[in-house]
Amino acid sequence: MNKICSMDECISKIHSGDILMVGGFMGAGTPHRIVDSLLKTNINNLTLVSNDTSFPDFGVGKMVVAKQFKKIITSHIGLNKEAGRQLMEGETEIELVPQGTLAERIRSAGAGLGGVLTPTGVGTAVQEGKQLMEIEGRKYILEMPIKADVAIIHGSVVDKAGNVYHAKTTRNFNPLMALAAEIVIVEAEKIVEIGEIDPHNVMTPATLVDYIVEGGI
Amino acid sequence: MSEVNPKEMIAKRVAKELKDGYMVNLGIGLPTMVADYLETDVIFQSENGMLGLGSKPENENADKDITNAGGQPVTIVPGGMYFDSSYSFSLIRGGHVDATVLGALQVDEKGNLANWMIPGKMIPGMGGAMDLVTGAKKVIIAMLHTAKGNPKILKECTLPLTALNVVDMIVTELCVFEFIDGRLTLTELSEGVSIDDVVNATEADFDIKI
Repeated sequence: MNKICSMDECISKIHSGDILMVGGFMGAGTPHRIVDSLLKTNINNLTLVSNDTSFPDFGVGKMVVAKQFKKIITSHIGLNKEAGRQLMEGETEIELVPQGTLAERIRSAGAGLGGVLTPTGVGTAVQEGKQLMEIEGRKYILEMPIKADVAIIHGSVVDKAGNVYHAKTTRNFNPLMALAAEIVIVEAEKIVEIGEIDPHNVMTPATLVDYIVEGGI
Repeated sequence: MSEVNPKEMIAKRVAKELKDGYMVNLGIGLPTMVADYLETDVIFQSENGMLGLGSKPENENADKDITNAGGQPVTIVPGGMYFDSSYSFSLIRGGHVDATVLGALQVDEKGNLANWMIPGKMIPGMGGAMDLVTGAKKVIIAMLHTAKGNPKILKECTLPLTALNVVDMIVTELCVFEFIDGRLTLTELSEGVSIDDVVNATEADFDIKI
């Protein structure tokens, strides 16, 4: 099965209204070419799930500026003033989630769990409207899984089957998102033959990857 | 006494709290300066996915794939490692980080912390701060004692909380507070600072054990 596809074919898998996970941390490990291609489309009303909204002129931050999201689920918007403005003026619904909770909500969706219990956020605004549980004398918030229609992730080296090596700090949310989305598209910085990536270094397995786009940066 | 930069003074004092072998996560701003004054051997955790956070690289040698939590290029020290965000927060939330140093907008006498938003003004999001203060073994707040002359150490925080009852120590340019048996306690004064100076700049009630 050939998973390597053109950018147009890749973009055709993403539709207005989708829940879209985008890998990366302040743009590091973000599939920048796919993001730039989405910017040229009319696709909108997306729900973004991403660690942060990056900078206004970098990575997924550019899609925030282009107002392609109706809702954003993220841990940090502080370095993208436009995201802050859209939140303040009620233009975009923004759900702020503690970073570790965001990671576990995505992971739990991909791991077949019904949610996670975390002490993070107890006694704060994060707790509002959520179920609290006390276990061995400590309070925990029940946080629900987050699934996506499509995850677009970054791969430093990807083999032709779709096995992915994420270099250094580009790994971040990428392997977690690959488990939690119906369709997974990886943007490959470099594509190699099957077997060229040491199995120790495969961080996202090919079975999770549906499409590969060449030319990541 | 020569002119001392108050932030450098705070960073220098906080550095003494970081013992050999500690895993430490430093917040941005003033807390980051603590690394410049270390005399011990600690390993820095960076929540975006690295243990062994090193110094800034020389421009020409910057590796685009090694960044810190602010997205800026950094280096990794020998003996470091990389991991994904779930593992990163397992280290943080799971109680494996020995100390975290963060700034604050407000701290109160119950050890409650507010440092993630000002309603209607500034809502950057909590990032990893809520997990860090919930999970780290020791939470050290490094901050200027007042903001535009207004106390930041209060009877009760008025801003939205980051976490309940988590602060272990507050280091300011005037003094050091520790929470001893759950009570806010003044334990050190900076050179030339009197107890009255601290009382005048602090709204919270506190014990004194100097």
